[in-house]
Amino acid sequence: MSDLHLNIKVWRQNQKNDSGHFETYKVTANEHMSFLEMLDVLNEQLVREKKDPVAFEHDCREGICGTCSMVINGQPHGPLAATTTCQLHMRFFKEGETIVVEPFRASAFPVLKDLVVDRSSFDRIIQSGGFISVNTGQAPDGNAIPIEKDKAGKSFEAAACIGCGACVAACPNGSAMLFTSAKVTHLGLLPQGKVEEEKRVQAMVAQMDKEGFGMCSNIGACEAECPKEIKLENIAYLNRAYLKSVFSGE
Amino acid sequence: MLDSKIPSGHISEKWTKYKSEIPLVAPNNKRKLEIIVVGTGLAGAAAAASLGELGYHVKCFTFHDSPRRAHSIAAQGGINAAKNYSNDGDSIYRLFYDTIKGGDYRAREGNVHRLAEASVDIIDQCVAQGVPFAREYGGLLENRSFGGVQVSRTFYARGQTGQQLLIGAYQALSRQIGLGTVQMYNRHEMIELVLVDGKARGIVTRNLLTGAIESHSAHAVVLATGGYGNVFYLSTNAMTCNVTAAWRSVRKGALMANPCFTQIHPTCIPVSGEYQSKLTLMSESLRNDGRVWVPKKKEDAIAIQQGKLKGVNIKEEDRDYFLERRYPAFGNLVPRDVASRAAKVECDKGHGVSPTGLAVFLDFSAAIERYGKTEANKQGLHNLSKEQIIELGEKVVSAKYGNLFEMYDKITGENPYKEPMKIYPAVHYTMGGLWVDYNLETNIPGLFALGECNFSDHGANRLGASALMQGLADGYFVIPYTIGTFLSKEISTPKFDPKGPAFVEAEKAAKDRIQTLLNIKGNQTAESFHRRLGKIMWDYCGMARNEEGLKKGRQMIRDLKAEFYKDLFVPGNADEFNPELEKALRVADFMEHGELMMVDALERNESCGGHFREESVTEEGEAKRNDESFSYVAAWEWDDNEPKLHKEDLVFEYIKLVTRSYK
Repeated sequence: MSDLHLNIKVWRQNQKNDSGHFETYKVTANEHMSFLEMLDVLNEQLVREKKDPVAFEHDCREGICGTCSMVINGQPHGPLAATTTCQLHMRFFKEGETIVVEPFRASAFPVLKDLVVDRSSFDRIIQSGGFISVNTGQAPDGNAIPIEKDKAGKSFEAAACIGCGACVAACPNGSAMLFTSAKVTHLGLLPQGKVEEEKRVQAMVAQMDKEGFGMCSNIGACEAECPKEIKLENIAYLNRAYLKSVFSGE
Repeated sequence: MLDSKIPSGHISEKWTKYKSEIPLVAPNNKRKLEIIVVGTGLAGAAAAASLGELGYHVKCFTFHDSPRRAHSIAAQGGINAAKNYSNDGDSIYRLFYDTIKGGDYRAREGNVHRLAEASVDIIDQCVAQGVPFAREYGGLLENRSFGGVQVSRTFYARGQTGQQLLIGAYQALSRQIGLGTVQMYNRHEMIELVLVDGKARGIVTRNLLTGAIESHSAHAVVLATGGYGNVFYLSTNAMTCNVTAAWRSVRKGALMANPCFTQIHPTCIPVSGEYQSKLTLMSESLRNDGRVWVPKKKEDAIAIQQGKLKGVNIKEEDRDYFLERRYPAFGNLVPRDVASRAAKVECDKGHGVSPTGLAVFLDFSAAIERYGKTEANKQGLHNLSKEQIIELGEKVVSAKYGNLFEMYDKITGENPYKEPMKIYPAVHYTMGGLWVDYNLETNIPGLFALGECNFSDHGANRLGASALMQGLADGYFVIPYTIGTFLSKEISTPKFDPKGPAFVEAEKAAKDRIQTLLNIKGNQTAESFHRRLGKIMWDYCGMARNEEGLKKGRQMIRDLKAEFYKDLFVPGNADEFNPELEKALRVADFMEHGELMMVDALERNESCGGHFREESVTEEGEAKRNDESFSYVAAWEWDDNEPKLHKEDLVFEYIKLVTRSYK
């Protein structure tokens, strides 16, 4: 097990409206640690020195809760493809390296403290229409509607989105199209979700705009950085569904 | 003696009959009644959404930044339901029977039968919400088998079933938030329960962004705040999972039932070093196709531990498939507690396979070859080389478990298609929890507990794919009915003023507690105390327990607690975003809860399910239950000196108690 001596250049910002700045700390990590465990070591060190630890959000540490929200060396969730920050291990960094750590940056994701951002705009997009309107107890038998295996699989792949916001952070326009389209696709591919698709896509796009997310110009950085490999095709699906809803008068 | 309020009548009719007799609350009155739901995992989100749909005014709380983050999201394998879609002889009765047996006869018959009944409706509901379950080519739902049972009743969405079910519940909840029936409070952590005239009427929360202490009132409080596995520090739980909401309720008089019943999951990635912050589960579904083994010869194990030999290089005849050997009827699919202990036995004998000696192999090579052959036949390919067959087989295995294999590779840096995985047991789930009756109401009127937060359905051991089932059953199909037993009597009760004296008092208690921690100004972090607590729990209240160790462990926790209040250091202030303060508050509650676990484990001098007392074993070394003396629920009333035991006798009318055998 070899030790790594790193310089961690991290964004410090005390409050929402502060200007913020970088600070560099020396950390000794080992290659089996996850990136967050390396930050734990840094924080333990800072607290021992009675200094303010670096605020960062994290929870499941197995790549599924979508809580971690940092940009590592310019890439949301760091250099490894299809990997969240919590699953990124230090063996992918070099001895003596300086690692730059910033929060996700987008005007619709204001920084709250250090690496912590406010992503409640995502919740509001879902609340505007990212669901199927069925009350508890109203459901028919689970096998009443057969769904083609491949279609169900595609729907699943869109539904695998963890709502982390890396797509927004990666996009030069700060667009939330990948996130929104993943939900529109997940539900729209299923017969039970098709029913209210037109209403859904209109409402979700309107909410997305209202939250201040940017427009999509098909750059594809979102797809490249998505830790769950959500595809650009979802955006194409959304665009088709949206156009259809416009012409059908919804 | 505690009253479980199990309705009368035949087991298969209890719930149906009871449902039709539960007092109702008319729609116009529902609008006047407020309910607080704490937690937005499967149980909490399902409950908040369903209660909102019914027309109650719901206030829902989570300490996360969004209700979609709760740790239900990490459940991998699946959800059980007695649909019998596989035509393999499954039924509600069989799911009921398996769950009681799997729980080693320490759960209530009435509750478990209801759970089995609700399981069927859950699948329907989730499909209607758009949960993309795995499907057959004909378009119908697919099932797989799980540990501890002999039918295939597990519905799944690749290795991300919990995520998909939680997203379903989150979307249902989001819909109600949009409609205004549910008021959502993100980043609010419950730190006190408020009682007015002995009934639960509200909570005090800390706003995690601003540090503001706020009171919230309601006619009833529903806790769905998960389990306490993190008392062990290292567990498969998320970092912020904690016992605080439940423990604060215990401090207000709620009873904590069977706290020593914790589940150690057999298939987790082994610990690699002192810095480790959490353990990662490899889904139990892997045991469908993976074979568990260690080297037969100790010298082979030692060579592997020293990195001089690899698992793949050990010949078939030199491998000990110990689960298949010891439990031929269930083989690799024995329940979790049995599999975990068997792994520990092998490692204790010195046959472990990681540098620490604490790991066993989980090997997919046989399955890859088998699937490869089937696939070759399917595609009409004959005369393929072994490599080509393996390539085909790897594709099948990847479709089934791809994301799990990737996760393993990312964490360990080893390719599980080519080399057997190394796994070791880790704390995963807690069967114990707040004592509740059949209505899911605690002994505090108006305080309900759902999901992992309560103790009710899994006895001393939970079967795989049953946690998702219970969380959703409680949230979607039980609480919407049973909360009527309490609220129907409250229709003329006016709303409570969150500035009333009981709330002011609770706020003061919360603020004092925070100030106490901040004022210690010692030298050790909350994290370091948590680590030490976890080590004590694992050493003395882990996979095997004995009287001497439990007594010693309890004293060690008390000493650690005294040190905590003398030497803790929490940076920053009370009125700001302060994760270190959050941790300290949670660790303080874990200490007391951990002590209670030791007390409970000491009192229960029998081995049952996940609770293994070294004093109580058969001649073959298997767990030995003592039904005569311990066929009861141990519900504890907290006391700083000596917690007081209340008992609820378990009555088995339909299932005969036998020694649980998987041989």
